[in-house]
Amino acid sequence: MIKKHNKLTKLLTMVFLTLIYIFLYLPIVVIIFFSFNTSKLNIVFQGFTLQWYGVMLQNTGLMSSLKNTVIVAISTVVISVIIGTLAAIGMYRYEFKGKGIVDSFLYIPIVIPEIVMGISLLAFYHILNLSLGLLTLIIAHVTFAMPFVVVTVRSRIAGYDMSVEEAAMDLGATRLHTLLRVTLPIIAPGILSGAMLALTLSLDDVIVSFFTTGIDSVTLPIYIFNKVKTGVSPDVNALITVIIIVTLLILLLMRTYEAKSQRKGRI
Amino acid sequence: MAPMSEKVMVELHNVDKSFGENKVVKNLNLRIREGEFLTMLGPSGCGKTTTLRMIAGFEDVTTGTIMIEGENVVNKPPYRRNVNTVFQSYALFPHMNVFDNIAFGLTEKKVNKQEIRQRVTEMLSLVQMEGYEQRMPSQMSGGQKQRVAIARALVNRPKVLLLDEPLGALDLKLRKQMQVELKHLQRKLGITFIYVTHDQEESLTMSDRIAVMNNGILEQIGSPDQIYNQPATKFVADFIGESNILEAAVEIADGANLKVVFETGYAVVKATGFTKDEAVYISVRPEKLKCAAAAVPGFNLKGVVKEHIYVGSIIKTIIELPDGQELIMSSLTGTPLIPPGETVWVYWEKEDTVILHANEERIYNLSEQVPKIEVRA
Ligand SMILES: Nc1ncnc2c1ncn2[C@@H]1O[C@H](COP(=O)(O)OP(=O)(O)OP(=O)(O)O)[C@@H](O)[C@H]1O
Ligand SMILES: [Mg+2]
Repeated sequence: MIKKHNKLTKLLTMVFLTLIYIFLYLPIVVIIFFSFNTSKLNIVFQGFTLQWYGVMLQNTGLMSSLKNTVIVAISTVVISVIIGTLAAIGMYRYEFKGKGIVDSFLYIPIVIPEIVMGISLLAFYHILNLSLGLLTLIIAHVTFAMPFVVVTVRSRIAGYDMSVEEAAMDLGATRLHTLLRVTLPIIAPGILSGAMLALTLSLDDVIVSFFTTGIDSVTLPIYIFNKVKTGVSPDVNALITVIIIVTLLILLLMRTYEAKSQRKGRI
Repeated sequence: MAPMSEKVMVELHNVDKSFGENKVVKNLNLRIREGEFLTMLGPSGCGKTTTLRMIAGFEDVTTGTIMIEGENVVNKPPYRRNVNTVFQSYALFPHMNVFDNIAFGLTEKKVNKQEIRQRVTEMLSLVQMEGYEQRMPSQMSGGQKQRVAIARALVNRPKVLLLDEPLGALDLKLRKQMQVELKHLQRKLGITFIYVTHDQEESLTMSDRIAVMNNGILEQIGSPDQIYNQPATKFVADFIGESNILEAAVEIADGANLKVVFETGYAVVKATGFTKDEAVYISVRPEKLKCAAAAVPGFNLKGVVKEHIYVGSIIKTIIELPDGQELIMSSLTGTPLIPPGETVWVYWEKEDTVILHANEERIYNLSEQVPKIEVRA
């Protein structure tokens, strides 16, 4: 009886899991699939071709939006990692008046609706007379990405006995050396996951970008978003396939790095 | 026999420390000799760690000065003080292996690679951790981490080593073993140790001198023998070992002889510096207490034997006085026991009495004598 029951549960679990994975990954598989399709329509598969990868490289609109996306994403990651890490360390180490308030304000960009943020940033830029372009886009992305870096770095700091910093100073390390040789290496995993979060948030942001971008600084998600009305051409599928492969490679690298350091006993 | 050092290594002068309104160290004066093993002992929250952190430089003094080798260091950051600390939590760098942990201080001082290798190896053998160079802190037991923490501090050849309950996390057996090893190391290297513990047995066996703290105040500083046998305050008498403490009043103060009366009897003891009618505490160690079937000259203190408790090789006899206070008398197993219910007369040798002023502010001598310390090279 019990055995039978077990078998049934197992089967149901498997079915359920499979459905979830299909639900999650089928759309992606479909896109990869159609990027090799000779037909222009994403409906029937007519034959195998690599032509869209060539078309993709020739499509200047697509390529320049990709370039913009990469520039914005990298700038966002670098800036929000620097500011976010310093903020997290500072908030951990120092007691000051109004710390609680500063603390809660840090988290507001995480919960605020993107549309509100987009509109307020637009109004803000207007008041400052800033013309919309890459700069305004980067500032906007840093605004919503930085708090995530603060959160991940802080949780890393909270999980550690930071008396190692005192130990470093006790052994003759100046404050700078303590930061470089002890603090940063220890919180590095937190910084890394914060950076990854910032990167993905920036890469696929549509709403905030929509309000804060200029004509010359269209990013990839907005480019595709605009194209949806007229139908997405297969060269976009090709680009998406490339992005997916690159992302998978990065994930794989991170995994092996983690496994390696775990084997060495570093956590 | 090596020369005895007279040099004062660390000196705290009128040190006060407050956290906001909370005064945690009050007017602390300490002088610690080169090569001395000083233990700071006291109950939880009495300010031991805070004092150590002020010496190391992690905490500012509120007022007062701290001198290390005759130099005022209160404005110096930790990395400019020639002291090293062994933290209670070990505080090993989790991302570095044992070798890099121990080498940390030397690389900061830009010592060349070859010398680093040599000195680290030397340290590893000193703490009996050869072969552990590549281990990460997460792969070691508490005792092993402890040794690495000690090696990491000692490799810098500090003049002073601060240890904050370094053996706190170890089990009893390892603790005893490490106590012996630490004491041995300290003697061998001739380094000044300032050692914090709240384990009185540990302090009595390891220290040259013990500083007993209570509530941010230094109650007494002296050799283990002085602390144990001549406690200066009621707190010390009570805190160190077991003590029978009786409230009394001075009835006759006649030269060296002092007659004190208790609630239910009296005793004549030897002491000077007390005045008639003064309130005092009489403190007698359980192993000094004796009893007889009839009153002994100079004593009149009657009690009833309540019970005997076996504690290893000694027996504790509980004697109840008529007013309900219980005294503890300890004797070796094998001595004949008085059956419970018998009435006995309690007494002790006059010179085994500790007599303390009850209403006096704590008496501690600011210009305390620092004993000579032997340093074996
Ligand atoms: N950073 C701080 N801020 C406020 N109060 C503090 C701080 N550090 C210590 N205290 C207070 O100072 C007092 C002394 O603390 P300390 O750590 O020196 O005690 P301790 O003698 O080392 O006790 P234990 O044996 O429990 O380690 C305590 O009452 C503690 O609450
Ligand atoms: Mg403490």
